[in-house]
Amino acid sequence: MSVSTYKIPIGPIHPSLAEPMTFNFEISGERIQSVDLAPGDNHRGIEFMGRNRNVVQIIYLAERICGICSASHPFAFCRAVENAAGIEVPPRAEYIRVIISELERIHSHILWAGIAAEELGFNSVLYLSWKVREEVLDLLEMLTGNRINYGMFMIGGVRRDILAEQVPKIRETLQYYKDAYQTLEDVFLKDPSIALRTKNVGIMTYEDALHLASVGPTARASGVKKDVRQDQPYSAYADMDIKAITPDIYSGEVNGDVYDRIIVRILEVFQSVQIIEYCINNLPEGEILSEPKIVKLLGTLKKAKGEGVGRHEAPRGEVIHYIKLNESENPEVWKARAPTYNNLMSWLPMLQMQEIADIPIVIASIDPCIGCMDRVTLVDPGSNKKQVLTREELVKLSIEKTRRMVR
Amino acid sequence: MEFFKAKDLLSYLQENLKESILDSRLETRTAGVKKEEFHNIWLEVKREKFRDAVKLLMGLQYPHIAIIAGNDTGEKIELVYLFSLFYGEKFKEISINLKVSLEREKPSIESITDLIPGAQTTEREIKEMFGVDFVGLPDMRNIFLPEDFPKDIFPFRKEQKGLDELVQKES
Repeated sequence: MSVSTYKIPIGPIHPSLAEPMTFNFEISGERIQSVDLAPGDNHRGIEFMGRNRNVVQIIYLAERICGICSASHPFAFCRAVENAAGIEVPPRAEYIRVIISELERIHSHILWAGIAAEELGFNSVLYLSWKVREEVLDLLEMLTGNRINYGMFMIGGVRRDILAEQVPKIRETLQYYKDAYQTLEDVFLKDPSIALRTKNVGIMTYEDALHLASVGPTARASGVKKDVRQDQPYSAYADMDIKAITPDIYSGEVNGDVYDRIIVRILEVFQSVQIIEYCINNLPEGEILSEPKIVKLLGTLKKAKGEGVGRHEAPRGEVIHYIKLNESENPEVWKARAPTYNNLMSWLPMLQMQEIADIPIVIASIDPCIGCMDRVTLVDPGSNKKQVLTREELVKLSIEKTRRMVR
Repeated sequence: MEFFKAKDLLSYLQENLKESILDSRLETRTAGVKKEEFHNIWLEVKREKFRDAVKLLMGLQYPHIAIIAGNDTGEKIELVYLFSLFYGEKFKEISINLKVSLEREKPSIESITDLIPGAQTTEREIKEMFGVDFVGLPDMRNIFLPEDFPKDIFPFRKEQKGLDELVQKES
């Protein structure tokens, strides 16, 4: 008997996705048979723009690759340039860099948790988690002046110091997150309805994660113990003992499903709290920039020649920047890679044989960068009937499934 | 699984690839207050032997491919494959950056997607942005550029100066 399938294209504006992107699903009954990805609607040619800028100007461009990872890209970019030009960063700056990056991880992971809850139909949990996230944004605003796009990074250090009078506020915020752990654990990890919707959904095996070069919590939830902070530590991470977090630490097993991805992210929030605490307690004294005169720094960099790679473990996984300096005003090559780029392929095994109502949570589970979905078109080739699902209707399908399961 | 030290890994690659290596460099950098060392290996290999180099890495541990960085020098198309090996323990990971130069007129190289399926996205990107022909790449469609993008224009080649010129050419 031949199985008849029908197609559902989702996108280019779609459910909770990194960039506007099209998913073409081949569906049989309620189950996804295959999926084809077509990204590119949001390609801004940022690396091309970098060709007309000098390295210091590119820091600000790199910062704007992503609004949520706005510390990760400049971090990796500065490391690439420092690698190429052989610049040493003062220890105090290394610690400040790590503090900012880890604060960013806290806000990013809790933001994701809220979005995931919304996809499942728990709007109250969305509000709860985003309320918890507000504290770290306030702290970031106090330390850097901005809630996002912190403007902290400079080649050879950071642009702003952390003052002694700011430290009590940092400690207060860290205590707030320690207290919030119990709430987050109760809401996300112990709630039976979240477990029902996420356990055994969107599974990616260890082999798939390895072969598809997945990164970050997506890979770790499948049991791949890969974390740049552990494997090739840099900055202040080198002074600590950081272990890649896999779900077996909490639940004793690795399933590689959406639930495991929630475990990894919730635990990483508290790993970040510990890292920041270590940095505050051991913050070295000294300079924050290797060359405070930016004009002089630019002069040196314009004479530099060489290649460099900068890596950083962003909230979503490894960010890697490659740069080639060639004794000129602008760098010869600049290549930036965001984690979602590598995690694109992970959707293929995850979405295989899933239900339509699970599409939003599975897509959201790799934590793609921006969330926005407009419509879904259901096309039945037999009758040539075309049906357009709005974002509300797709989310409604997802919510209805949760209600059915909870009942 | 055996973790290699960076210099042992480099000599292992040199022994096996011999004269196919055009250039090699072991870079040591330090991290943290304690100034602990980590390593990057930069290796330029002949185009014909590139696949063998990747297979060698696969014999050690499943290599993680981050991305391929492309560069149009005006005479050649240079590709730098950013790999990393030996993840899982502190300071054990080694970055391996494999460089390969291709003819600019008709750049072509064997695809590694049969060895590492995760390389597909980045190979497709390099294919459309630089016009490199990846022999054996299963999916030849454009990934970031629209399907109706002119087939003879490669946006990241040196002669492309930006959107204005492209728009003028098209209109």
